Amino acid sequence: MDIPYTTHEREDTGLYNAKLGIWLFLASEVMLFGALFSAYILLRVGAEPGTWPHGLLNVPLGTINTLVLICSSVTVVMAWASLKMNQFNKFRIYQGITVLCALIFLVIKTFEYQDKFLHYEVIKNDGTIVDGHLVKKSADSITLHVSHGTHGKEKHDHKVQPVSGTNAAEASASPAAADHHEEVTVMMSDVKKMGNYGPKHNTYMAIYFTLTGLHGLHVIGGALVIAYLWLPGAKMWKTDPERFTNRIEVSGLFWHFVDLVWIFLFPVLYLL
Amino acid sequence: MQHSTTDTHHAGAHHDAHHHEELGFWRKYIFSTDHKVIGIQYALTSLVFLFIGFTLIALMRYQLAYPGQPIPIVGGLLDSLFKGMASGGVMSGDLYNAFGAMHGTIMVFLAIVPLAFAAFGNYVVPLQIGAPDMCFPRINMASYWVFFLGGVIMLVSFFIPGGPAQAGWTSYSPLAVIIPTDGQTYWLIGMVFLITSSLLGAVNFLATIIQLRAPGMTWMRLPFFVWAQFVTGFILLLAFPPLEAAGIMQLMDKVFGTSFFMPTGLMISGNPADISGGGSPLLWQHLFWFLGHPEVYVLILPAMGIVCEILCNNIRKPIWGYKSLVYSALAVGFISFIVWAHHMYLTGMGTAISTFFQTTTMIISIPSVIILTVFFISLWGGSMRFNTPMLFVLAFLPMFGIGGLTGLPLGFNFVDLHLHDTYYVIAHFHYVVAPGTIFALFGGIYYWYPKVTGRFMSESLGKIHFVTSFIFMNLIFQPMFAQGMAGMLRRMSDGGANYSVAQNPGVAGALSESVLYSNVLVSIAAWCLGLAQIPFIYNFLTSWKFGKKVTSDNPWQATTLEWQTPTPPPHGNFTTTPAVYRGPYEYSVPGAATDFSPQNEPLKTQKA
Amino acid sequence: MMKYLGLPILASEHGADVDKLILYVHYLMGALFVGWLSYFIYTLIRFRKKSNPKANYYGVSSHASTYVEGAVVVVEAILLIGFAVPLWAKVVDRFPPEAESTQVRVVAEQFAWNFRYPGKDGVFGKQDIKLVGSSNPLGYDPADEAGKDDIVPPLNEMVVPVNKPVIVYISSKDVIHSFKVAPFRITQDAIPGLSIPTWFKPTEVGRYLINCAQLCGNSHAFMKAYVEVRDQAGYDQWVTEKTASTANSAGGFE
Ligand code: HEA
Ligand code: HEA
Ligand code: CUA
Ligand SMILES: [Cu+2]
Repeated sequence: MDIPYTTHEREDTGLYNAKLGIWLFLASEVMLFGALFSAYILLRVGAEPGTWPHGLLNVPLGTINTLVLICSSVTVVMAWASLKMNQFNKFRIYQGITVLCALIFLVIKTFEYQDKFLHYEVIKNDGTIVDGHLVKKSADSITLHVSHGTHGKEKHDHKVQPVSGTNAAEASASPAAADHHEEVTVMMSDVKKMGNYGPKHNTYMAIYFTLTGLHGLHVIGGALVIAYLWLPGAKMWKTDPERFTNRIEVSGLFWHFVDLVWIFLFPVLYLL
Repeated sequence: MQHSTTDTHHAGAHHDAHHHEELGFWRKYIFSTDHKVIGIQYALTSLVFLFIGFTLIALMRYQLAYPGQPIPIVGGLLDSLFKGMASGGVMSGDLYNAFGAMHGTIMVFLAIVPLAFAAFGNYVVPLQIGAPDMCFPRINMASYWVFFLGGVIMLVSFFIPGGPAQAGWTSYSPLAVIIPTDGQTYWLIGMVFLITSSLLGAVNFLATIIQLRAPGMTWMRLPFFVWAQFVTGFILLLAFPPLEAAGIMQLMDKVFGTSFFMPTGLMISGNPADISGGGSPLLWQHLFWFLGHPEVYVLILPAMGIVCEILCNNIRKPIWGYKSLVYSALAVGFISFIVWAHHMYLTGMGTAISTFFQTTTMIISIPSVIILTVFFISLWGGSMRFNTPMLFVLAFLPMFGIGGLTGLPLGFNFVDLHLHDTYYVIAHFHYVVAPGTIFALFGGIYYWYPKVTGRFMSESLGKIHFVTSFIFMNLIFQPMFAQGMAGMLRRMSDGGANYSVAQNPGVAGALSESVLYSNVLVSIAAWCLGLAQIPFIYNFLTSWKFGKKVTSDNPWQATTLEWQTPTPPPHGNFTTTPAVYRGPYEYSVPGAATDFSPQNEPLKTQKA
Repeated sequence: MMKYLGLPILASEHGADVDKLILYVHYLMGALFVGWLSYFIYTLIRFRKKSNPKANYYGVSSHASTYVEGAVVVVEAILLIGFAVPLWAKVVDRFPPEAESTQVRVVAEQFAWNFRYPGKDGVFGKQDIKLVGSSNPLGYDPADEAGKDDIVPPLNEMVVPVNKPVIVYISSKDVIHSFKVAPFRITQDAIPGLSIPTWFKPTEVGRYLINCAQLCGNSHAFMKAYVEVRDQAGYDQWVTEKTASTANSAGGFE
């Protein structure tokens, strides 16, 4: 006996097996991200009033990424529709765009991540804070590129305070006080605490990296499957077109879910 | 009856002709996609884990009975295996906590769930619904191997420096994060594997039950076992992901130093912790128990399903109130998602929230009462055969009853003021999972063994196994109620000695001599329970080759579809798609030729 | 009936209610247990194959069991609405006035209990998260006047007067612990980052054990403290003694 309903729908449920399977799987995914969103809400509500950071992320990049994903959601449907209409070449084009969108998304995300990892906050022994992007770091000093106005942190005035005795030499050596940019070097012996804007920085960065990281893994997974079905897996179109179309539909459903999660993530992390 | 036996040779021939290939050993027994092989793999693996879980508690029980004394025989071994954690053969607090956490974890996630859900479910569900296999055989195989890897990770964690996780199976933060061992990291990664495996399994079971029911197998004709697995599947599907999310966050806390569950101002051994703070320890508890409570119904529902099958078969009459049973199981499934905070009554809960959770906790006890009532009432008018599976199942009823009833006081947070985290809680849930679920699983093993192997397990050894297990289980867990009432706390590496009258002269309300002495009795009973498993293990292993052969494909004269296949069922299960004409438990139908009418036997009027 | 439950001695006012509710629930459980067990054993004998060779397809036709289930619902509802909810509300919502109670801050740490009394002024010293450091783990402000007269007894020692409500504010420095005094029928988790109040009224003079009821590390079993309930005079004397010794130990951050 063979397993029934692998390609054709069962009458009373109106579904073929894989489609039901992906819906069930997505239900569990909803619970997974739901739990993380609840964690976000709880952490945010529980934070000391006024300490939840805003404006740390690059909204234009986030917007581009949102558009990229929405675009890919459209092409995924078009790809499936092309197969339904028996136009395999169009499928190749549309699905190619989907894969490309996924890549663009990941590249942009990588830049955003890198930006955070290079962004340092240095708290000095005298309590002043230097906040900026890493220029160079050595065993006994750290140089940050401090720029104004991008981060909306009220600590900015500290940065332009005269550098204290020990690192005066470095400070004068660095191309000092250009209008909006300057490099500040701090001796390690002056540093009370320092760290980048990685997940450890605060609970906001923690949930940001966890949510987007997990989402990123989903994007990678989805893109790999779609890419596989786009090139080597497409052989099946010749042997079993109906089943192949179903596979495209199922992978498309997953992709929609991944996009949908981002649609929630974007406002929650970037805008609110 | 004529149709019930199928010619085995024919089945084999059909199978070969169809696939044009003989599967090699590896594909057939190791990386098999056949649900029956996978079921057996799950069963054997989880039995081994059951044994490991027991070994851990057997060692811990020595320390509870004789605190500070070296463990005889194996003490030296522990010392050399766990460097510095058992010097002189005495378990340190660290090792006790490690074993305790791993006992809970292994029993729940690596023994009972895989045995009750994955092993029995895999083997029996497709057969009972008349399906050739699971919906997604390859995902099924993946599910087993992911589970296996998760188990390996858990086992490996025993042998890393610092030992395995030590913060209880509940892994409360911040403790879980600040204990200086990587054991917790292994635990979390292991859990992610186990959860993934369960999710794959759950999707597969649900899809199979929804899609692959044979013609005529309507929802209300499903054997209750299938219903139980169906509800269990939904619980796993929806309750596990939040734990996975929580696990990822705790992993971030542990590995990347984030503060999801770490509050501001935390001190670690006298120094301010190097973290940002701002997290919430209670968040972990909510996420854990959001899984944790539904999880306990995952432990019991499949057991109830097995009970129903074996019970009906041996009272030779239909279940009384099939629909109530099904609806109650569904109700339990739904409500189990909204009672979780009854594990957190004493975390500083206000009136409104605690009223909500007390009410839901009382409400969820009602369907459980109905389920048990259905089983009890069904006995009336039966013609009972007391074979080994039936004995275990009959014992299940009062044992689950005791466990369930003692859940009621715990459901009131005012009572919890006294009983929370005492041995009363330990006794409550062990009555449900040990003499409850484990007995049902034993029953299931004795019952389906002939279908799997074509041979019976020995009845006389089985009865010895039953009687001794029954006695010792009760001797272990009954005294714990009294200990708990007297205020003895759980997770005490010294069995409460430090809180005893002897060590606190003149202090009112310290633990009395007799409460502590119960520890010794309980421990002895626990070791005897271990010995009582020897007949079982012997029986289980030898019957495979030497047991009494079955003379029919349906040795128990049962009605459900799994007995209408060849023995053991070939790849693909049925030679032709079975058609179903009647409900699952049509025993002693008035006017029928035999006292059982299989589901695929056409009704008289429909006979051509 | 109460004595068959084997509860520890009772030494607080609301504890009597706890015991009563435990007893009532056990009546319900006992009734169900005895009832169903008798029925069960009866069926095992009467419907074994020997005495009933042919099963009855229809089984029970009466609906008596529905009434049993109904009764369970009713009793549970009574216990819930009549006892559990209002009694809990009393413990968490109706705190006695602070002026008429003894107030104690309880801070758990691995593996000991810290206590702090507000002293004569009835006000605890100010705490500030920014002051937290190795030498000042609770972040008390040494400059704060209200804190100057706070009483800080040695670790693991708590004393309260009898027949007067005690409000405890429970917190933790490191991991989660749980403040449990069995004779008072009280348990409250000590959670880092939170300070959770609860209260009780001791009714018997004596010395009692404070247990830690939440797994908190390798010495969880050894984390004990004592609470001594004294008559008012004894308590006042203790306060005088401790006020002096706290002042000597300067600041008393612990
Ligand atoms: C399979 C497992 C299982 C099951 C089914 C249950 C069932 C129930 N549990 Fe239990 N529970 C656990 C496993 C389980 N529990 C575990 C593992 C813990 C501890 C976790 C930890 O902290 O480590 C726990 C802890 C626990 C607590 C927290 C205690 C504490 O930590 O302070 C509470 C509180 O409400 C509770 C309540 C209940 C209730 C009301 C039920 C109800 O669903 C029960 C309903 C059943 C009945 C009411 C029985 C009806 C019986 C009859 C009608 C007839 C009887 C007849 C005869 C005896 C002959 N449980
Ligand atoms: C499903 C869950 C489950 C099961 C079945 C058990 C089974 C048992 N448990 Fe466990 N237990 C837990 C879940 C479970 N436990 C949990 C969650 C905790 C809390 C942990 C924590 O605090 O974090 C706990 C804690 C716990 C404690 C408290 C420890 C403490 O607080 O300090 C004790 C004390 O006695 C105990 C005892 C036992 C005993 C004697 C059994 C016995 O019933 C065991 C019986 C089993 C056997 C006798 C093995 C039989 C073996 C076979 C049949 C093998 C056959 C093999 C082949 C054929 C290959 N358990
Ligand atoms: Cu502190 Cu347990
Ligand atoms: Cu629960």
